[in-house]
Amino acid sequence: MKHTVFKGLFILSLWPQWVLACDGDCGSRWALLDPKGPIAAHEKGLIITAFALMLLVVIPVIFMTVAFAWKYRASNKKAQYAPNWDNSHKIEAVVWAVPAVIVAILAALVWKSSHELNPYRPIQSAAKPIQVQVVSMNWKWLFIYPELGIASVNRLVIPAGVPVSFKITSDAVMSSFFIPQLGGQIYAMAGMQTRLQLVADQPGSYQGLNTQFNGDGFAGMHFETVAASSQDFESWVAQVKHGATPLNETTFKALEIPSENVPPRYFSSVEPQLFERILQKYLPNAEAGQTGRHGMTPAM
Amino acid sequence: MQETLFGKLTLSAIPYDNPIVMGAIGGATAMGLLVFGLITYFGKWGYLWKEWFTSVDHKKVGVMYIALAFVMLLRGFADALMMRMQQAIAQGGVHGYLPPDHYDQIFSAHGTIMIIFVAMPFFIGLMNLIVPLQIGARDVAYPFLNSVSFWLTASSAALVMISLGVGDFSHAGWSGYPPLSENQFSPGPGVDYWIWSLQLGGIGTLMTGINFFVTILRMRAPGMTMMKLPVFSWTILVTNVLIMLSFPVLTVALALLTLDRYLGMHFFTNDLGGNQMMFLNLFWIWGHPEVYIVILPAFGMFSEVVSTFSGKRLFGYHSMVYATVAIAVLSFVVWLHHFFTMGAGANVNAFFGIATMVIAVPTGVKVFNWLFTMYKGRVEFATPVLWTLGFIITFCIGGMTGVLLSVPPADFVLHNSEFLVAHFHNMLIPGALFGYFAGYAFWFPKAFGFRLDEKWGKRAFWLWLVGFYLAFMPLYALGFMGMPRRLVHYDNPAWQPYLLVAAAGTLVILAAIVCQAVQLVVSIRNRESLRDVTGDPWNGRTLEWAVASPPPFYNFAHIPKVETLDAFTDMKDRGIAYEVPAAYQDIHMPKNTAVGVVLGGIAFVFGFSMIWHIWWLALGATVGAVGALVLRSADDSVDYILPAQEVARLERERRQLLAAHGQSGAAADSHLAHQG
Repeated sequence: MKHTVFKGLFILSLWPQWVLACDGDCGSRWALLDPKGPIAAHEKGLIITAFALMLLVVIPVIFMTVAFAWKYRASNKKAQYAPNWDNSHKIEAVVWAVPAVIVAILAALVWKSSHELNPYRPIQSAAKPIQVQVVSMNWKWLFIYPELGIASVNRLVIPAGVPVSFKITSDAVMSSFFIPQLGGQIYAMAGMQTRLQLVADQPGSYQGLNTQFNGDGFAGMHFETVAASSQDFESWVAQVKHGATPLNETTFKALEIPSENVPPRYFSSVEPQLFERILQKYLPNAEAGQTGRHGMTPAM
Repeated sequence: MQETLFGKLTLSAIPYDNPIVMGAIGGATAMGLLVFGLITYFGKWGYLWKEWFTSVDHKKVGVMYIALAFVMLLRGFADALMMRMQQAIAQGGVHGYLPPDHYDQIFSAHGTIMIIFVAMPFFIGLMNLIVPLQIGARDVAYPFLNSVSFWLTASSAALVMISLGVGDFSHAGWSGYPPLSENQFSPGPGVDYWIWSLQLGGIGTLMTGINFFVTILRMRAPGMTMMKLPVFSWTILVTNVLIMLSFPVLTVALALLTLDRYLGMHFFTNDLGGNQMMFLNLFWIWGHPEVYIVILPAFGMFSEVVSTFSGKRLFGYHSMVYATVAIAVLSFVVWLHHFFTMGAGANVNAFFGIATMVIAVPTGVKVFNWLFTMYKGRVEFATPVLWTLGFIITFCIGGMTGVLLSVPPADFVLHNSEFLVAHFHNMLIPGALFGYFAGYAFWFPKAFGFRLDEKWGKRAFWLWLVGFYLAFMPLYALGFMGMPRRLVHYDNPAWQPYLLVAAAGTLVILAAIVCQAVQLVVSIRNRESLRDVTGDPWNGRTLEWAVASPPPFYNFAHIPKVETLDAFTDMKDRGIAYEVPAAYQDIHMPKNTAVGVVLGGIAFVFGFSMIWHIWWLALGATVGAVGALVLRSADDSVDYILPAQEVARLERERRQLLAAHGQSGAAADSHLAHQG
């Protein structure tokens, strides 16, 4: 754990050499069990609670299976044999009631957690959230920082301790945007906008993925997420702004050409409303100002 | 000119340059030629054509379905083996032996084959073989339709096989999500192979669904009320309701995708108003009930096996029936759990999450009822029982991970991961396949007149069980390590040890499959010592055991009258199990017909020409199919009467055989001595 944090800081301090620093094993080994933000921590807790509740039924059942089969084996003539016994209201009541009670408890848990961990729900925090627009392309991730006017490909840098409010779409096929140690995933779909709210508790380097198979370049479509201290984040932004490549029509067209295992890239400026235009280009008769269909329900 | 004649088909469609594909084609062709050569050498073509291919006998159709399932199991398993070997080595600088384009086709074919061409034909085969016997019927409601269903399934399996050598198969996954499966991203014939093989096979399945639904509702023996219907037949009835309700949805979803691909429409495209999520909804409105379509029949098989080999009535029969129906109803309101991560609102996700976990209640009840069937029984550890016990324990783990995945926020981190892959294999291998293997061992003597070798059967079971745990438990761990499914290559060295164990597990399963092949050979060789003379090798409880093994082609010389649930046990208890009727009746039988095979062949030509855009041939095939149906409908000589004297003669022969072996059970013996 500590190791990862230090490694993240170390990598950060060496920028821009971090380009190839995350050699496949950035982040933790047991990513889902080593959360680095409140959303992921809550999700991990939920998994453990649900697991424990179910073991209450599953362990006795496995035990009973072995015990009954062994005790009533054909060679054990001492065991009672009741070939016509096929009904017991008491047992029936118990076998319907026990799973029903467990499921009822789990159902309450589902209802509560689905609302609490709704990916559209803003994270309560003193810090003002930073906006990041995510575009899935064949086969890389484009991150646009609309407030900062910069963009990056296949490396997401965020300030630690500050909620990140993602708007997500696709410029090609469907993908799924996922940073396991920070929280759950959500689909990226062309012509539609989904949302996700995450926050990293502490600086570090975390693996980011596409989990939805989307063609030949799928296996190489991952990115490093770097949560930086606010000071490091600001210096990173400044450095990106000093770069030479803007994200304009020409560079965006070049980016749209399918490519695999794309190393991180940075853009010093971004054409305004680029994300909205990507959304709109898939909509028939798009009207000015329309920001694309949201997921299946309106965003909160 | 060439395009008019051959559509998009050119010689370059054959992947000469790919040694792995050519090797697979070589292997498959060699196996095919060997089988072809052996049949020719022994001069069995006429026999196969007359006795099997043109047969409308449900028992023979059933055996052909099961044979198809086993052949396709080998293909689907070869795909699994290739994927596991690739993932075991393709870490870091090593890229393995499969390029992404090939790997993607393999996992797409693996899923399609295992569900549509292994699980479906396997249970449909057992259902064909047993259900009419179990309900005391002489045949299915529509014997000719049954033959057509089989040949449609076989020809769509052939389409999948031929995609190996001509063109390629879909690389868009077995679920074929658009827009990846649209022309823009998948221009080749691969997705079309997937569409047409699913579509034609699906139509065959739908007709089977109608056939068995009507058979069970209308053709039960007198006295067999719905609450005296054996539990396997109950699960089959419910399964066929699911087929009739869900397969049309698949047909429509595929048809809309076909319109997108062939006529440039925009149902699921990114632009011009298409919406990919509509396909996901339709696909899983079929796809989730489909899971229960393959699992419910296995539940029925486990129920029969537990009760028979515990020498005891099934515990809580009514609960079992209600639980089956409840599972079926619920299976239609859970489809959205396949894509909680599309960004639906919290209320929607919570509804589908809760509906999903509610299914655990009736399923749990079933598990308890199997346990209490063993309770105070006399459990024989025969091979079918081992499959059942292995299933119960392993299925509990799969059920647990399934409920976990039904919690939407837990699914947000586990979706699309190796955890998910582990989960659904954990349901389908023990839940469906183990059940079919239990049913295969249980009913094999009924079909062929001799039992399967127990020693090799047990070896196969233990290797399957150990292989399963080795192959899939590491995938659960990989899910927690954040490994997504369907990776052709990965950088994280921490994943590799787990993938090596999984690959080793696949090799253990390979050994298990080899044992099953050996078991079949050994059993055929020792068939005299394994002979089932009585037709009732396990002290069976239901009507299929009342007839000879293999049963006469008319099943029942006289239709039994059913008094209780375990009808045959009851008949044995009352000493009337082998009673000879005062007089035999004429029996009305369907004639064999080649129209089923012909329609299957036409369907194959139609599918192939649609895939390659050979329009004239597709049109010709359509005309041919309509023509064949018209000719068949105009044919008045589709049935015949088996005279009562002939029935009496055949039944007398059987009784003489029983008497000669003198092992037909006390009731039968005394009866036979009396009847002479």
